[in-house]
Amino acid sequence: MAADKAEMDVLKKECDGLRTQIEAARKGVNDGNMSSAAGSATDVGRVQLKLRKSLKGHLAKIYSMHWASDSRSMVSASQDGKLLVWDTHTGNKLVAVPLKSAWVMSVAFAPSGNLVASGGLDNMCTVYNIKAASPKTLRELDAHTGYLSCCRFLSDTEIMTASGDTTCCLWDLETGKQKIIFTNHIGDCMSLALSPDENTFISGACDSLAKLWDLREGTCKQTFSGHTSDINAIQFFPNGNAFVTGSDDCSCKMYDLRSDQEVITYQDASLNAGVTSLTLSNSGRLIFAGYDDFNCHIWDSLKGEKVGVLSGHDNRVSCTGVPADGMGVCTGSWDSFLKLWN
Amino acid sequence: MTSNSNVSNMRRLVEQLKLEASVERIKVSQAAAELQQFCLQNAAKDALLVGVPTGSNPFREPRSCAVV
Repeated sequence: MAADKAEMDVLKKECDGLRTQIEAARKGVNDGNMSSAAGSATDVGRVQLKLRKSLKGHLAKIYSMHWASDSRSMVSASQDGKLLVWDTHTGNKLVAVPLKSAWVMSVAFAPSGNLVASGGLDNMCTVYNIKAASPKTLRELDAHTGYLSCCRFLSDTEIMTASGDTTCCLWDLETGKQKIIFTNHIGDCMSLALSPDENTFISGACDSLAKLWDLREGTCKQTFSGHTSDINAIQFFPNGNAFVTGSDDCSCKMYDLRSDQEVITYQDASLNAGVTSLTLSNSGRLIFAGYDDFNCHIWDSLKGEKVGVLSGHDNRVSCTGVPADGMGVCTGSWDSFLKLWN
Repeated sequence: MTSNSNVSNMRRLVEQLKLEASVERIKVSQAAAELQQFCLQNAAKDALLVGVPTGSNPFREPRSCAVV
């Protein structure tokens, strides 16, 4: 007992020492920030996007949406207990998937376009084949001990999940079993994003931290702090060297992986609503962030200034996404509508 | 039992912090400059920045009416 206490004290000291070392190393390379470096970039001016389509079909709050790789199909999930696959060019509904559990929180499209996955308060991630004559349940991934907050396909045979049980997980869809469990967060994992090269992924959690993980080794490589409340949304900057987070603390932040720290914060005294979702335009210059104030605000990622707003929803914006071809942005809301803007 | 697991948790934490401490860091000014360069190099192809020509907007309703 005494030996344990002595060892604990030594270990605590070592932890404190290492934390101090990390902070010092970060400070050592902190020779400027994004807005000063971006001084020479031209202003984007006022970004005024027009509402092109309002997709009507869900009967309750929309919680999640995800574009297909063809930049045309899109899947949305609502707590009316349905997934809807849309043709966004015509506005038509292509497929309706009835869910066993209506409490859905996340939906994803596989890169192939053959599969979609969803999950939520049922603690499971269910994968459906939507190319069959009628949507067929392929797998029920059941091992998380908390809600499913986010899911993303690597391929038709592998999928990543993030959960309220504080872990993320890589699953093998051929066996339905967990391949790797990523543990390190001390709060509910709320969001994850795959790096463009798919060797790493980032996660944001209710412990206000973002973490970078090695997808194949299962290790947490870097931890990023700065937010003062739950991180609800996380996305990679298109070149994979940085990422953006959105939080209940009403701010978004960009972190650079190679300098291991925050490089800019996006916040405004007049914005007192939590960030629920975010997505970036293809050049990374524009950040579209959905807020609890029913709007999606547009930020200049380099200068840290608000440059526009997408207004039109009658309730919280819960999800946003830009397709691979970058031709537009979709917003989904608790008002049960999805809107397409460009 | 609890004290053993506390100790092993702390040992894991120390190992994790050692891993995170060993990361090679580049200067923020360099990182910011490279992010800016990426944005500028790709700006012309960013439809949300430069705008979508009316004729080729996939989400826009076609202007002409079809004769039924």
